[in-house]
Amino acid sequence: MTTSEFAVVAEGLRKRYGDTEALAGLDLRVPAGTVHGLLGPNGAGKTTAVRVLTTLARPDGGRATVAGHDVVRAAARVRAGVGLVGQHAAVDEVLSGRRNLVMFGRLCHLGPRAARRRAEELLERFRLTEAAGRPAGSYSGGMRRRLDLAAGMILAPPVLFLDEPTTGLDPRARAEVWDEVRALVGGGTTVLLTTQYLEEADRLADGISVIDRGRVIAEGSPGDLKARVGGGRIEVVLEDPAALTAAAEIVARAAGARAEVDPGALRVGAPADAGGAAVLIEVVRALDGAGVRVADIVLRRPTLDEAFLRLTGDRQQGDTGQKDDTEQKEVPA
Amino acid sequence: MMPLPETPLGRLRWAVADTRTLTGRALAHWARRPGDVAVALLFPVVVVLLMGYLFGGQMEVPGGGGYRAFIVPGMFAMTMLFGVETTFAEIAGDKARGVTDRFRAMPTAPSAVIAGRGVADLLHSVAALVVMACCGLAIGWRAGDGAGRALAGFGLLLLLRFALIWTGVYLGLGAKGPESVATVQMLVWPIGFLSSAMVAPATMPDWLGVIAEWNPMSATVTACRELFGDPAPAGGSWAGRHSVLLAVAWPLLITAVFFPLAARRFRAMAR
Ligand SMILES: Nc1ncnc2c1ncn2[C@@H]1O[C@H](COP(=O)(O)OP(=O)(O)OP(=O)(O)O)[C@@H](O)[C@H]1O
Ligand SMILES: [Mg+2]
Repeated sequence: MTTSEFAVVAEGLRKRYGDTEALAGLDLRVPAGTVHGLLGPNGAGKTTAVRVLTTLARPDGGRATVAGHDVVRAAARVRAGVGLVGQHAAVDEVLSGRRNLVMFGRLCHLGPRAARRRAEELLERFRLTEAAGRPAGSYSGGMRRRLDLAAGMILAPPVLFLDEPTTGLDPRARAEVWDEVRALVGGGTTVLLTTQYLEEADRLADGISVIDRGRVIAEGSPGDLKARVGGGRIEVVLEDPAALTAAAEIVARAAGARAEVDPGALRVGAPADAGGAAVLIEVVRALDGAGVRVADIVLRRPTLDEAFLRLTGDRQQGDTGQKDDTEQKEVPA
Repeated sequence: MMPLPETPLGRLRWAVADTRTLTGRALAHWARRPGDVAVALLFPVVVVLLMGYLFGGQMEVPGGGGYRAFIVPGMFAMTMLFGVETTFAEIAGDKARGVTDRFRAMPTAPSAVIAGRGVADLLHSVAALVVMACCGLAIGWRAGDGAGRALAGFGLLLLLRFALIWTGVYLGLGAKGPESVATVQMLVWPIGFLSSAMVAPATMPDWLGVIAEWNPMSATVTACRELFGDPAPAGGSWAGRHSVLLAVAWPLLITAVFFPLAARRFRAMAR
């Protein structure tokens, strides 16, 4: 791929606030026309990255281009080609929803009539027509968020940045935002969104960058990331605590990996990377043969949450030299 | 995608259009909150009436005019000064709510974000002056030296307000939120009262009188009294005798200091 096929390119971006390195050499490549998720714990640097890429903050080092324009040297051109929906709804609370959108349209240099037409379209699309005449300050959190999104989409920008767009929304409103994002991407827009909801990234994003402490610690499609923490996991819940040790040995042997035992929940689990189904069959046979009574048995794919915790948890373990799961004993394979 | 203006003239046209849009935003705020606007416009009137009728009997005014006519120009200037609080609160509020950042991320001319505020504030001050002048005329104040000199007086008042916009912007951009307006109030009130606005400096203790005479507020107030043809209380001091000169010089100096400071703070938002 050539550079022009990337709507967002960041190379070694750095940004420091006092002693905090908010960005410590962030690299990012977002292919045009895709949704890219920026995933990371609180304070990872997601908002800072968005602020640098939308020209709101100047980087201390590295470089970035958005829609082909350098965010420092061609800031005005970048601003003409991006939409930003910030982490906190930023609309005029005194003005009505409609006036807000007309004003933002005018500030994007639409003519008076075009601005009004666009406002009506967006009000309709975000189900705000009924409340359009009321001051935005009287809107519920979800309505305000939708107004905020509408304001970010006035020019149907080639690149749209959404900083935690669905935080504080109910499931229905969240699904609507997702639909809206998909529709935009269908129309050719590139979307970079930050989120703490892994489900959101899983559903929406073509690519994900997991960031922590200002740099990317893992990258790939949602499937890739899940695969990185193992193909799956087998878990057995017993009826009788006396059988825990025997069951742990059986599971460990079948999975070819360490089995983790949670005595409180009477649960034995182990990663089952390749050939998960075969492992399951073997475990069932062996447990049955040994006369161990089973309350429940599952083979499941890892969730992105697990991938995320594993990825960001690794460095915490590295930091403290400890494991956080105190309750668990391990049985060697 | 909008084509960006390539020429300085095109950019200026955008900046003017954006300033108009953002001034319109402030005007729309007033339309939405007519009660607040009425209170803001009537507050100085109430102060003039209170002070005029409460203290009027006690106060000796140099030159022998009535106290009520004396404090009307003083209150004109006070209103210009209190305008700092409006500018401050609006700028700080927009910044805290992220509205300023939204404007900054749009293809809007950055200068318009501040200029729109400034134009709206000046319009507000014009409205306040009109209301107060009407009240003044009702209680015996006159601009008796002709329309030209009267307009010059109002021009000096608006020049002071113009200078104070940049002070308000500078302070507002540095604030955590609009709540800090109480702090600004505490700064503004002593500056207002330590001048010739409400009391003749000649009646103050010597050292206070000197401070009051050199207060930029006093320059504007004294110059206005002169231009309106009020019984001039002109103290014998240099500052008193050159009030018109100072009423031009002080605002220019304030602008020269605070305009670059405000611009720097605005650019520093990208840090
Ligand atoms: N303006 C600022 N001044 C000082 N420190 C800042 C500033 N902005 C961000 N930081 C610091 O930089 C780091 C990254 O912050 P950032 O807001 O980018 O994180 P985030 O990933 O968006 O977090 P969250 O999920 O909580 O929104 C944090 O440690 C934060 O305290
Ligand atoms: Mg954030």
